[in-house]
Amino acid sequence: MKALIGVGNEFRRDDGVGPALVAHVAESAPPGVTLSVVDGEPSQLLDAWDGVQLAVVVDAVLCDPSTPGRIHRTTLGDAYPAGTSASTHGLGIPDALGLAEALGRAPARLVVFAVEAADLGFGTGLSQPVAEALPDLTRLVLDELA
Amino acid sequence: MSHRSRQLKVSSLARVEGEGALHVVIEDGQVLQADLQIYEPPRFFEAFLRGRQHTEANDITSRICGICPVAYQASAWQAMEDACGVVVDDRIAELRRLLYCGEWISSHSLHIYLLHVPDFLGYPDAITLAKDHRAIVERGLSMKKAGNAILELVGGRAIHPVNPRVGGFYSAPTLADLAPLAAQLRHALDDALATVEWVATFDFPDLELDREFLALRDPARYAIERGELVTSGGLSFPVSEFSEHVVEHQVPHSTALHATLDGAPYLTGPLARYSLNSAQLSPLAREAASAAGLGPTCRNPFRSIVVRAVETAYAIDEALRLIDAYERPSPAWVPVPPRAAVGHGASEAPRGVLYHRYELDADGLIESAVIVPPTSQNQAAIEADVRDVVAGHLDLDDAALTALCEQTIRNYDPCISCSTHFLELTVERR
Repeated sequence: MKALIGVGNEFRRDDGVGPALVAHVAESAPPGVTLSVVDGEPSQLLDAWDGVQLAVVVDAVLCDPSTPGRIHRTTLGDAYPAGTSASTHGLGIPDALGLAEALGRAPARLVVFAVEAADLGFGTGLSQPVAEALPDLTRLVLDELA
Repeated sequence: MSHRSRQLKVSSLARVEGEGALHVVIEDGQVLQADLQIYEPPRFFEAFLRGRQHTEANDITSRICGICPVAYQASAWQAMEDACGVVVDDRIAELRRLLYCGEWISSHSLHIYLLHVPDFLGYPDAITLAKDHRAIVERGLSMKKAGNAILELVGGRAIHPVNPRVGGFYSAPTLADLAPLAAQLRHALDDALATVEWVATFDFPDLELDREFLALRDPARYAIERGELVTSGGLSFPVSEFSEHVVEHQVPHSTALHATLDGAPYLTGPLARYSLNSAQLSPLAREAASAAGLGPTCRNPFRSIVVRAVETAYAIDEALRLIDAYERPSPAWVPVPPRAAVGHGASEAPRGVLYHRYELDADGLIESAVIVPPTSQNQAAIEADVRDVVAGHLDLDDAALTALCEQTIRNYDPCISCSTHFLELTVERR
């Protein structure tokens, strides 16, 4: 089994790139891939990738300096940025992965595609540079899942 | 700084919701200062609610907290319905209580297992704990999931539910929708009872508080989503008189307001609720509490983890009862036409009493809003506890004393994000 997980909030503009990608490939995803959209809450991620051989996670990322729409690919084992917040409000993918590993529920392989965001303000719809990155992102994700 | 002077500093408290710090100053064995410094910026919710419709406060204030959004919604819809003179039917009221049970289960499970248990077992965080105690952490996550399942089904989603509205719900689940939830909750109830038994075996520092308690009381049942206010001193008053008794004031070291009850610091939350209302728990929850060594009251804040576990078992038991007795409200909501009036609402957020007051104009626009969250009400009591704990453990070295101070603060599951309106600890020994 493989899992494709879009992380984000579609009501915060480019933060919705993960959910948008999942919606975009819903028809064309290869068999044996479960699709899910999560808001980043760690226990949801634990369930979404539980027991899979490969989990592909798509998320938005803020960079400084930023090139909106640029796609970064990282894998489990790469140096992953540690969570900077000690608050339960700010647990992210690295914390979820840490917890999953401790619980023996990490996916065998984890690939994260992070898309640089331009706009994380209120509202639906992706900014132009992020929307324009969607075809490339789709191809990369489908190649990864093939 | 002389050798008799100590200063403890925690610059960013871990395992709390939001950002805060603690600064303790000790001189010649006397605790001179114990400041809980809340430096999260103010959030101005009360200001930007002005001019919004009476139907919007429910969704806007939900955003104050990702852990207890239902508490904000419940206090808001109650205040609006109070202002507009509308009483919802019992079926809507029962579905609201079911939703609120979901939040208690989810929030309490999170605090017990991921935030508080590491203190008792000597781990820095839940991830390290999970490496040694996989089954325990899985149990906590499974309980939290059961709470989230209620929130998702009844509320539309687990965080910031979208289905509740002033007057009721946009849509009400069918009995068939609730059936799978009941199966999940029966399993969670076993886990919760095992949790009560397990946390009761922890070592608890001796500390008995002689503090006034404030909680809601519902004549019919253990108060969660509504009630009148009662205190351990025997005072009882309606929610509309909240601000006559509870007065907020500013302190220089915090962006959250402090509060007093008739001029004195007080405590709200699980210890207050349990001590004032334990007789109203379900037989199953009372039995679990008794087996765990709790009497009818509990005044040791370190034992709050046991009380939370009992309340979690109760909330699951109660959710099962509500599902069993469920009658689908139809329609799922009643109209709440606005009028120029003032409305008050209060509910028992997982951390304690959450009060809202709104003043509406004839068109239902909010002219003024007051929100008093539990963490700000508890700040003065938390500081007093830290002071007592430090004074009682001056023999500890700075690292151990600091850890104990942090645990003391986590006894209250403070939600700093809600209150700013939390911990970096500094202890100064002079």
